[in-house]
Amino acid sequence: MEPTTHAFPENARKALSDERLQKVLAIAPAGFVNRRKQAADRLPEFEALRDQGRDLKNHVLANLDTYLEAFESKVTEQGGHVHWCRTDQEARDAILGICRAANAKTVTKGKSMVSEEIGINDYLEANGLTPIETDLGEYIIQLRHEPPSHIIAPAFHLSKKDVEGTFRQAHTDLPPDRVLDDPKVLIAEARTVLRRKFQQADVGITGANLMIAETGSTVIVTNEGNGDLTQILPRVHVVIASIEKIVPTLEDAALVLRLLARSATGQEASAYTTFSTGPRRPGDLDGPEEFHVVLLDNGRSALLGTEFQEVLRCIRCGACMNHCPVYGAVGGHAYGWVYPGPIGSVIQPALLGVKEAGHLPNASTFCGRCEAVCPMRIPLPKMMRHWREKEFEEGLQPAAMRKGLGLWAWFARRPALYHAATRMAIRALGALGRGKGRFAALPLAQGWTKHRDMPAPEGKTFQQMWAEQKGKR
Amino acid sequence: MADTSSARAQILGGIRKALGSVEGSEDARKRLAVHPRNLVPARAQLQHADQVELFTRMATEVAATVERLPGLSDVPRAVAEYLAGLNLPAEIRVAPDADLDAIPWDQRPTLTVSKGRARDSDGASVTGAFAGVAETGSLMLLSGTERPTTLNFLPDTHIVVLKRSQVVGTMEDAWDRLRGLGVAGTMPRTVNFITGPSRTGDIEMRIELGAHGPRRLHILLVED
Repeated sequence: MEPTTHAFPENARKALSDERLQKVLAIAPAGFVNRRKQAADRLPEFEALRDQGRDLKNHVLANLDTYLEAFESKVTEQGGHVHWCRTDQEARDAILGICRAANAKTVTKGKSMVSEEIGINDYLEANGLTPIETDLGEYIIQLRHEPPSHIIAPAFHLSKKDVEGTFRQAHTDLPPDRVLDDPKVLIAEARTVLRRKFQQADVGITGANLMIAETGSTVIVTNEGNGDLTQILPRVHVVIASIEKIVPTLEDAALVLRLLARSATGQEASAYTTFSTGPRRPGDLDGPEEFHVVLLDNGRSALLGTEFQEVLRCIRCGACMNHCPVYGAVGGHAYGWVYPGPIGSVIQPALLGVKEAGHLPNASTFCGRCEAVCPMRIPLPKMMRHWREKEFEEGLQPAAMRKGLGLWAWFARRPALYHAATRMAIRALGALGRGKGRFAALPLAQGWTKHRDMPAPEGKTFQQMWAEQKGKR
Repeated sequence: MADTSSARAQILGGIRKALGSVEGSEDARKRLAVHPRNLVPARAQLQHADQVELFTRMATEVAATVERLPGLSDVPRAVAEYLAGLNLPAEIRVAPDADLDAIPWDQRPTLTVSKGRARDSDGASVTGAFAGVAETGSLMLLSGTERPTTLNFLPDTHIVVLKRSQVVGTMEDAWDRLRGLGVAGTMPRTVNFITGPSRTGDIEMRIELGAHGPRRLHILLVED
């Protein structure tokens, strides 16, 4: 998928004036927020588990080479194959190669953000295969040729009316008088159509929420059961996963799982948590005959040892975007690529470069809610600040902004002058604005006053008031 | 198959360079060997009888149904009555599991019983469980020659026979039992933790049951 992250300001403006989207955004995120809170409140140990989750992933990242090698040797021992891929292109080629070797025509897919990252569907289609998304949300957006707008709820931006329209267009055998105004009926329709696809598929591709070094298992966490039908019915199961998804042991998986479902959907546990290890065993009556793990780096290992290392703790629960006022205002598509919300604002500059994705870390109020709810306690606002610094270092901001910042920095390094200048400015503005108490327009601040009034200062700077009050406390 | 060994060397080499390590750490190898437990919530650290209660409560909360039975000999009657109560055909596909052999299906001649992996036409399946996890009301099912995984996902109705002694407190307890089987280091191909019937919230965040997997999950909790 071609990123439009560079166009974030235009994307955001469009999203803000999209009435249909705004209607959805007014309701949907609150559901996630409430459910997460209820689930977290119900488990007294939740905060302590978050600490342990953070520490576990820090340990994993510090020993990533050992755990990846252990994982690989376990997969191989049990008859599976690990394909190491440095880039998205290598991963696409590895998957296409597996499909070709299996003479595959139809490929079913469970939901996987890494598969979106490498753009596997377009690639398979371009090479004559038919990929079919089987997660309900993913299936709907595949029919609409849209990217997901949320990492765990891909069709977050759509109403049931939109889904009805999509199905009527795509399922041409639907009688026109069939009533499709209820989610129940829509789900039943998708279930019927996709059952046939599950049976036809030659290869099934799933992601992995976790990989377990101790056993060579991959783990998927789903609610629908599509990820399971995707992997047990076709002859070949391909898992696409990025290297940081590894945990050492089954016990460590239990820790992460306690955090994942609660943070994502507010469930105690998702309906299906499935551990897959190797291909089917001799004598098994079902299950895949081949098991492949496509292990993707795509720029992640380059984050180790940098100020962005901690972002590799992410377990992709989506809590940060559910709680983000910016995501809540513009939705996921404005972010222009695979990962929206605060996590996207940190990962997308890493994966796409600051030039393409530099707007995202700037699109933050730094309110800190994302860090407050992140199960892995990733300091997302701090990392967005780091990206802003990088953007400045690389000279990517507009000239006016750089000049302004330069001017401000010059003043800020001269405190006496800075205080004198601000005192004067505040006094002048305070006197000018005394009548109305606010300004509808100000020179040099149109960016602010175009959308809202600037309150008139009360006449003193913070520093002055601080100095005056200090004696009284 | 394409050779990815140069990519492998480069990825691992890059990681080691960033971490400043040469050939892995003793810490990590020890963790793999000892597999220590992390913090385990107090919720399920209970007497066994209370764990059984908790399991039932949690499973019911996620829309599974739980029926207690005095013994395996009551299973045919319970299955037949459950299906009849829902106006479903009296036909079941049963896992060819030796653990379920003691069920006297012939006591219910009106119930059509066949064994094997699930087929498209199967409306209801009966499988055994390996464990029930009280903390979340989850069933743990293992694949194997006698336990085809398709039975857990294809039919509309999934009926699971869980023996009372199979109820454990937590997922960690369940892993201990699996390790205790003596198949050290080899997991079954598929280990399913199933918590309620299939569901989705993908349309307007409204939770609906029966997305792709079973619409109904009925647990027969049998005394043993």
